[in-house]
Amino acid sequence: MKYLKVYLKNYKADSILAPLFKMLEATFDLLVPIVVARIINVGIVNKDTGYILRCCGILILMALIGLACSFTAQYFAAKAAIGSTTGLRHMLFQHIQTLGFSEMDTIGTSTLITRMTSDLNQVQSGLNLFLRLFLRSPFIVFGAMIMAFTIDVKMALIFVVVIPLLSVIVFGIMWWTAPRYKKIQSRLDAVTKATRENLSGVRVIRAFGREDSEVEHFSEANDSLVDLQLHVGHISALMNPLAYVVVNIGIIAILYAGAGKVDGGVLLSGGIVALVNYMNQILVELVKLANLIVSISRALASLSRVEQVLDTKTAMTFPEKAVSGGQTGSSTATDQAAKTAIPRRTDFPSDHEAVRFENVGLTYAGASAESLTDISFCARKGQTIGVIGGTGSGKSSLVSLIPRFYDATSGQVSLMGQPIGTWDRETLRSQVAIVMQKAQLFAGTIRSNLLWGNPGATDEELWDALKTAQADDFVRAKGAGLDETVEQGGRNLSGGQRQRLTIARALVRKPQILILDDSASALDFATDAALRKALRQLPKEVTVFIVSQRTSSLQHADQILVLDDGHLVGCGSHRELLDTCSVYREIYESQFQKGDARQ
Amino acid sequence: MNQTIPSEKQKQQQTLKRVLRYIRPYGFFVFFSLLCSAVSVAAQLIVPVYCGDAIDAMIGRGQVDFPSVLRIAVAIGIVTAVSAVAQWILAACNNRVTFCVSRDLRNSAIRKIQKLPLSYLDAHPSGDLVSRVIADVDTFADGLLMGFTQLFSGVLTILGTLGIMLYLNLAITLVVVVLTPLSLFTAGFIAKRTYRYFREQTVVRGQQTALINELIEGQKVVQAFSHEAQSLEDFDRINDKLGEVSLKATFFSSLTNPSTRMVNNIVYAAVGLISALYAVSGGITVGQLSIFLSYASQYAKPFNEISGVVTELQNALACAARIFDLMDEQDQIPEANHAAAFTSHGHVTLKDVAFRYVPDKPLIENFSLDVKPGQRIAIVGPTGCGKTTLINLLMRFYDVDSGRIEMDGTDIRQMTRHSLRGNYGMVLQDTWLKAGTIRDNIAYGKPEATEEEIIEAAKAAHAHSFIRRLPDGYDTVITENGGNISQGQKQLLCIARVMLCLPPMLILDEATSSIDTRTEIRIQAAFARMMEGRTSFIVAHRLSTIREADTILVMKDGHIIEQGDHDELMKRNGFYTKLYNSQFGE
Repeated sequence: MKYLKVYLKNYKADSILAPLFKMLEATFDLLVPIVVARIINVGIVNKDTGYILRCCGILILMALIGLACSFTAQYFAAKAAIGSTTGLRHMLFQHIQTLGFSEMDTIGTSTLITRMTSDLNQVQSGLNLFLRLFLRSPFIVFGAMIMAFTIDVKMALIFVVVIPLLSVIVFGIMWWTAPRYKKIQSRLDAVTKATRENLSGVRVIRAFGREDSEVEHFSEANDSLVDLQLHVGHISALMNPLAYVVVNIGIIAILYAGAGKVDGGVLLSGGIVALVNYMNQILVELVKLANLIVSISRALASLSRVEQVLDTKTAMTFPEKAVSGGQTGSSTATDQAAKTAIPRRTDFPSDHEAVRFENVGLTYAGASAESLTDISFCARKGQTIGVIGGTGSGKSSLVSLIPRFYDATSGQVSLMGQPIGTWDRETLRSQVAIVMQKAQLFAGTIRSNLLWGNPGATDEELWDALKTAQADDFVRAKGAGLDETVEQGGRNLSGGQRQRLTIARALVRKPQILILDDSASALDFATDAALRKALRQLPKEVTVFIVSQRTSSLQHADQILVLDDGHLVGCGSHRELLDTCSVYREIYESQFQKGDARQ
Repeated sequence: MNQTIPSEKQKQQQTLKRVLRYIRPYGFFVFFSLLCSAVSVAAQLIVPVYCGDAIDAMIGRGQVDFPSVLRIAVAIGIVTAVSAVAQWILAACNNRVTFCVSRDLRNSAIRKIQKLPLSYLDAHPSGDLVSRVIADVDTFADGLLMGFTQLFSGVLTILGTLGIMLYLNLAITLVVVVLTPLSLFTAGFIAKRTYRYFREQTVVRGQQTALINELIEGQKVVQAFSHEAQSLEDFDRINDKLGEVSLKATFFSSLTNPSTRMVNNIVYAAVGLISALYAVSGGITVGQLSIFLSYASQYAKPFNEISGVVTELQNALACAARIFDLMDEQDQIPEANHAAAFTSHGHVTLKDVAFRYVPDKPLIENFSLDVKPGQRIAIVGPTGCGKTTLINLLMRFYDVDSGRIEMDGTDIRQMTRHSLRGNYGMVLQDTWLKAGTIRDNIAYGKPEATEEEIIEAAKAAHAHSFIRRLPDGYDTVITENGGNISQGQKQLLCIARVMLCLPPMLILDEATSSIDTRTEIRIQAAFARMMEGRTSFIVAHRLSTIREADTILVMKDGHIIEQGDHDELMKRNGFYTKLYNSQFGE
């Protein structure tokens, strides 16, 4: 609740006024039976038509005021609920952006999306309901009892017995069924899964002739679902009849005891009518309350899922940006930074070292084994470094340490001769550009996507980058050029086009270190070669890392790092590695026939 | 010549008829449900009447008719008991009918899916089919059956109430009948006017969801390019807009309940007034007044329910129609009458085969091929050229349009699909594994296999070593989509699955783009071992396979454009030569 409270605070008045007005409306509901009793006891008994008219006038007036109160309550409730969840959504999104890669991996993208959308919607409607109704139902239940006391104390004791009894039935059955409904849902999920499996595996199922056993398996899942549904259904079906019985026993008690009271002249028949009315009101409200509790507990579950994300803090901290380097950063932050002795980097020292790994190890959060073990190498400025190895050998892990997406769990990564932890986030990310395996573009135009690299880039710079990335031809061929629309996820472009645009986006940044993480896989051989040739034309101090599965893409690299199962098993030029590194030779030979290996 | 397209109404009637067929086995329960519904409605209507009588039996001080009150109290007690039992039986019957009909529908849907031709399954997104089997069945069962009983009890309640009221007093009844629908009109009036806001909310919410999807999926890129501030700004713009629109939609729609409640309260007051006036003149008793008041407060309810039921019923019928559409799809061609089991020696002949997926787009024409036992056929071509078409035909996932495919001289349509497919071992690029243990998956084609056989197969597929290293070994559970093992390992398991059955012929897809070269070498070795002495059809990606193939089929745009062994094709200097040079030369 702590995060929601932050935003609910802004709507303090609204969230108090909403239930208040709702209770005001409920008060009128509670007064109706009393007015009716008066009509009977006074108006009819005395044959006073004027009194009856006045009373009915009061009933209509109460209906109108009730309406006004209710409208007011609905407005404040909606305002508070929507206002605070809108704020919470903002907070959640902002928070997600601060999560490190490691946290993102653990939580998972689809989970985060659900939290942002359906969970927050659930919270919003739950909060709205809560503000409107949560006080109303108990208020009517207890109000009815109190009104009964005003009519006759002894008769009111019937209510004192009936209300707890009803509560036990309604909430008891709910308490029993709630966890079982969850179980039903999970059995339904099993049926869904079986259906999906039958469709996705249809070729294999038919190839092995297993149709009948699949149907059987499905029926089992289906039967176990229905059995539970029936079992839970029968119990929850008890709620209405049982409550009905209790209420009617209450009514019988009122009639029977009431008969004595009327006979003794303590009570008039109007009072009996009012008591019966109250009894019926209680039943309606308790059932409403039970349903309300279901939706509110659902909303609370959603809220706790949202807060769970908000509670996840990123483990990675960056030093503050230095004052001289940028205009951002409040004075207090700079003071703090000044006190800590961490050296801050705003410019690059002029020695020749770009990236150095010293005995670097990396274990992902939650993983049992290291993904990288004891990696040491040094890349000089202007070098082209190839990284090769099998799937899961740690190629992507290695390069994702360079922009500090993850922190090494052992050893030291240095950039331009300085430990990577001493770089502030802005400077670090502006000097290192990475093109990831998955070519991710965003809805907008080609221009808006390229400007991610550098919001201030000129058109000329954009075209330069496109040219290097071998993307200028196809962009020019599009009618609108740079203004060509990019649909969500870039789905109106081919895989190869998307990859080239992501490469161009990184080039627009004019980084000191450029990393291509297997990002030319969708390009044909000739384009790939042309791209590599163009990359060689980059300013000569730019260090380029190329991750690839193809030895042919790396042959001309100054240094090739060969990874196997997280270990660096070879480091050198193509020719050196062919002689010294068996893993490299194996990879190479699997791609070229032995005979034509050394052309 | 009088072919007419069935009108919407006729279609609905047809759907309804078929629905009834599914309900028929539970006719007894439906009958009981209706009976209990009538009993419980009658009891619920009679209790206020008894209360009124009881009140009339106590006129004032010293004027209470105790025997009558006692009699009435006992009567209420009995009616309550009967009604409670009826209510419970009603719910229990409804549950049974609803859940069992859903189960039956789902079972017949899954049986249908086994019989559907692959052409249908390939053409329809599986998400859509899953939603028919799961969500549509749910909506249908809930909506139709609950709607049906609610409709029934609603109508009974209205008729019963009307009857009793008319019996008591005509004028007051008229007031109730005329005024009550007002609340329905109010609700309809508000709903119509707030619809616009809801539409707007849906649109903006959709836009926001799209943005959230994009930005969160691209979160790593956002961070890599320090784009957080800009993203947040974009997000906030739409978030604030959603807040505004939601406020309107929520507020205006929440006016419905108070408004109808107000109308009901005014009706209540009007009934109270007229009844009281009648009571003064002695036209009705106080007890009868109380009956009218209690009916006035409840009379609107069944109307509200029924108006909801109509949309629900229509919705349910639409869902049912979607399910029946699936059931109505044409089955794959049934087995020939005399279809027999068949064990092949590996001699496959294609004679003048023609096939097309789409009627007006010819694909394979006049294709003949004779494959002798033990030969290797490599299928090559650029991506998307239709290499899988041939697999579809050999496995009889699709039937040829003309010509014939023979196995050891017998037309494959003359044998059962099971035995035809049992003669092939198939390893596709799509490494489908079942959710379950590794052991179950390897034994998929031969459930009765012994532990030794399973391990033997895994060893032959070079899968044993990695399986052993998994925490639970052969008992490791593979989750849906096999997320816990790598793509290459999945492929090895698929190979082990075939290794266990060792059929006389093989269909292999070598495409292993997501697999690293060293695992690929292992897979390659496993493939080679499997192919020894077996007729094999291979969608080939590697040089060695192509060179060693007895026949290479070169496909382009779905057509087989060249055919021959490597040397022949190279000599021809055609498409194959070009393909070969671009893929393997530098």
